[in-house]
Amino acid sequence: MTANASGTSGLTIREVELEAVERGQGRPILWLHGEEGVDPALAALDLLAAHGRVLAPSHPGYGHSPDSATVDTIDDLAYLYLDLLAARDERDVIVIGCSLGGWIAAEMAVRSTDRLAKLVLVGPVGIKVGDRETRDIPDVFALHPDEVGRLLYHDPARAAVDYTALSDDRLTVIARNREATALYAWEPYFHNPKLRQRLHRITVPTLLVWGAQDRFVSAGYYGAAYRDAIAGARLVTIDEAGHFPHLEAPAALVARIRAFLDERSA
Amino acid sequence: MRAWFFSENAYHLLPDAREYDSIRVKLPNRYYDPKVGADLYHRFIDEWKIAEDLGLEIMVNEHHQTATNLNPSAAVVMGALARDTKKARLLILGNPIANRREPVRVAEEMAMVDVYSRGRLECGFVRGVPYEISAGNHRPTRMMERFWEAHDLIVKAWTSHDGPFNWEGKYFHHREVNIWPRPYQEPHPPIWITALSPGSARDVGERGYVVACFLTGFDGTRVVFDAYRGRRAELHLPTPALDRFAYAALVYVGETDEEGYAGARKLMWYLESNKVPPQFTSPPGYHPIAATVNAMKGAVPGIFKMFQQPALEPLMDAGLVFAGNPDSVYAQVKRMYDHVGGFGHLLIMGQAGFLDHDETVKGMQMFVREVYPRLKELRPSA
Repeated sequence: MTANASGTSGLTIREVELEAVERGQGRPILWLHGEEGVDPALAALDLLAAHGRVLAPSHPGYGHSPDSATVDTIDDLAYLYLDLLAARDERDVIVIGCSLGGWIAAEMAVRSTDRLAKLVLVGPVGIKVGDRETRDIPDVFALHPDEVGRLLYHDPARAAVDYTALSDDRLTVIARNREATALYAWEPYFHNPKLRQRLHRITVPTLLVWGAQDRFVSAGYYGAAYRDAIAGARLVTIDEAGHFPHLEAPAALVARIRAFLDERSA
Repeated sequence: MRAWFFSENAYHLLPDAREYDSIRVKLPNRYYDPKVGADLYHRFIDEWKIAEDLGLEIMVNEHHQTATNLNPSAAVVMGALARDTKKARLLILGNPIANRREPVRVAEEMAMVDVYSRGRLECGFVRGVPYEISAGNHRPTRMMERFWEAHDLIVKAWTSHDGPFNWEGKYFHHREVNIWPRPYQEPHPPIWITALSPGSARDVGERGYVVACFLTGFDGTRVVFDAYRGRRAELHLPTPALDRFAYAALVYVGETDEEGYAGARKLMWYLESNKVPPQFTSPPGYHPIAATVNAMKGAVPGIFKMFQQPALEPLMDAGLVFAGNPDSVYAQVKRMYDHVGGFGHLLIMGQAGFLDHDETVKGMQMFVREVYPRLKELRPSA
């Protein structure tokens, strides 16, 4: 693993190349990003690195991680990261996943919790809650970008990015992140129809964290369904945060995660 | 040169554009009156029959969930035309095979039209415009990979005559493929494919199919045709004949320039009414990353600028519209022809919006009588 100036390094798992942020010392923390990708400058990563050794890879197609011919489903990503933990012989890992990353984390955990100590799902997607005509998750591919911003953020001004002020590299990352999200989440739309019935297999302590103002997938409807499917899981909300609490309220999120990590396992 | 008449079968009686934000994908169909629609279908089929009587070939396309085109199934309308016509070649351009769930069904439908018409089908395959993504409900990423797998399966279905074969590909699975009927033409109907970029033109050139450019103008078309020829030269394949190249434009021939321009302005309804928000024009993965980055920086390629604020003169200057009196139209087509190294098919978008039946027919008649004979004689300059 070699670090570069942007604070990321490269790793290869079963011939799949990944860009990753690795930061801090101590217990292993795997951070699985969502649709927004992982920004090495993310405050939440620095705050978390005070409590452990954070590894935050960009999934194939996101950030600067190359596209992969063999990895094109959430299922593939779940196995990829289980393989990553095995290849590095990581044990008692804290897995944290946000939104689409929460979906990946849940898919990992229903397959195997052998190397996991605790699971933190931040506004995870991935399950089907309502009936066939209920749109559990707004169709971001059919909504105006401004409306998507209003749904995702407590403060929609955060979504109003001035693209002309960004470097080509940053714009390329944003475009790649959107494309990769379409690759992984197009259909079934942001979920696996089988995941909900498998969540009972998660036997490690699990915390669900939700932005109190999440208008994309709400805590009361979607979060509650997730909580009810995982034995012993708790659902907590973070004030003044929408679908991405790690962007809008990083300190409150990390404080809540830290309290959960410090609890003795029940 | 062969000329093909096509019409988008538009439903033009729309509410004030301020009442809706998209003519594509989400415009409620309460704005569609099926009784008016029935009259329109019959009118457009009549116009295709008139095109045949005048000596033109026939082209049909398909779009979904849009008032700009009421042919959600090209096979259905071509089935009617296969029965109603006798001599014209019948081009479907085309089947959006990256958006169709069952390529074998496409193979069946196309074989049926080919037999029904006694071998007059020309079968096009298209990737489809970006607004087809949400309507087709199919993923916009890695589309061309899916497109070519669908193509391979269709061609194999057409050309296998000894009972079922098995297909377990990356995108399509079908264990007992054995279509009835098989195509009338041997080994199968001629294949056409649209291309907008040099990359896709190379893939078409390699296979020797007809490549078609839609409203790509002078330079956009030349780049595509050059890439097709270049790829064949690289592979030491025979130099392609002119009948491997097709260009589609809005065309209206009047007795005077003024009459021609007036007809063309009515055809421009197709561009003017194409009100589509960004989520449908740029689904993630449809456009290359570099093009998306340029768009984020505010750069709009010239040709799309013209679509945003369509005006006749720039559209004619760019070669998207051929209009005027017969001499003017001939000169405009010839200029495009000379610029791109020649082409063997002119696809005439000759009806749109408020261009009524008599005007549509008059434009066709003027073209056939006054322009077409000269185009048939066109040869590439050395």
